[in-house]
Amino acid sequence: MTIHDQLVNDLVNNEVEFVTTVPCKQLGGVIDAVDKHERILHVPCNKEDEGIGLCAGAHMGGKRPAIIMQNTAIGVVVNTLVTLTQYYRMPLPMLISYRGELGEPVACQVEMAVHTKALLDQLLIPTYHFHQEEDAAEFDAILKHTYMCNKPVAILTDATFWKGY
Amino acid sequence: MVRSEILELLVPVLRDQLVVCNIGLPSQELHKTLDQPSNFYMLGTMGLASSIGLGVALTQNRKVIAIDGDGSVLTNLGTLATIGNNPTPNLILLIIDNGSYGSTGDQPTYAGGKTSLTEVARACGSEHVVECDAADAVETVKAALAAEHGTVIVCKCESGNVKVPVITMDPVVIKDRFMKTIAATQG
Repeated sequence: MTIHDQLVNDLVNNEVEFVTTVPCKQLGGVIDAVDKHERILHVPCNKEDEGIGLCAGAHMGGKRPAIIMQNTAIGVVVNTLVTLTQYYRMPLPMLISYRGELGEPVACQVEMAVHTKALLDQLLIPTYHFHQEEDAAEFDAILKHTYMCNKPVAILTDATFWKGY
Repeated sequence: MVRSEILELLVPVLRDQLVVCNIGLPSQELHKTLDQPSNFYMLGTMGLASSIGLGVALTQNRKVIAIDGDGSVLTNLGTLATIGNNPTPNLILLIIDNGSYGSTGDQPTYAGGKTSLTEVARACGSEHVVECDAADAVETVKAALAAEHGTVIVCKCESGNVKVPVITMDPVVIKDRFMKTIAATQG
């Protein structure tokens, strides 16, 4: 099984039925797998704060949501995470490509990478970092944790995890 | 006619409906005029009422009325493309377009200038977009509720606000009663 299918199977096994995405090169495979899975409604969004709004609605409509996005989007969604997701106590797994780490060819990506963990820490968002493929074995437990505690939770996935681009 | 007068006229139409309402004065006016468990008030995030409304509509069967403003839609203009490309028969997006940022002191928006949100919504792919005057708001929303398709309504009105208290209800209470209302009616 590919890592993409493994991650999507974990979503489905945790009854995640609504996924919104903003693409990143690193996330192409997992977004394809989400799109093809018959038990997931995939609604691509234009910007990540819009996506978090969609997820808030899906949660209240009775489905478990998730968002897949790039770490640069942390700079876009701070207000939404604080005044919507956290203020109303909504669960939200955020599967995030961690651009700007080892193997990154685009220098500008490093500029946001150096702020990523600090921002998540400042927002008191539980954060997990997948560096090796075997780290993804925890994804199932992270999803269960997210829906247990009703919080946004970040899963950072770097270039080493994705084995380059 | 200003927004608060439209909301008052809409009370019989909105009663017992799922309503997701825009941040600031629109939610405060709705809360004062018709507080009900099936209302979701946005307390903190500008621009996402339509996105939240779409998320609710795509995940359960009841009609959802998302009450938004022209300024908020301009903040999240991509939402019209998402709505246009993910049509769902149970979403009514009611944009009350007074051409101004009402909650912050009626500064003009571009929707009050050269930009037509009606045309933008159509160009973004929504097949049922209706522009109406404030006087026709009630009949237009009624027709949208009766329709077997989703509708985007752009209701043009005058700029202006009335004094209303802020919402002090806990956000978790707002969410909880809204979710329980939905859960109680899903098979």
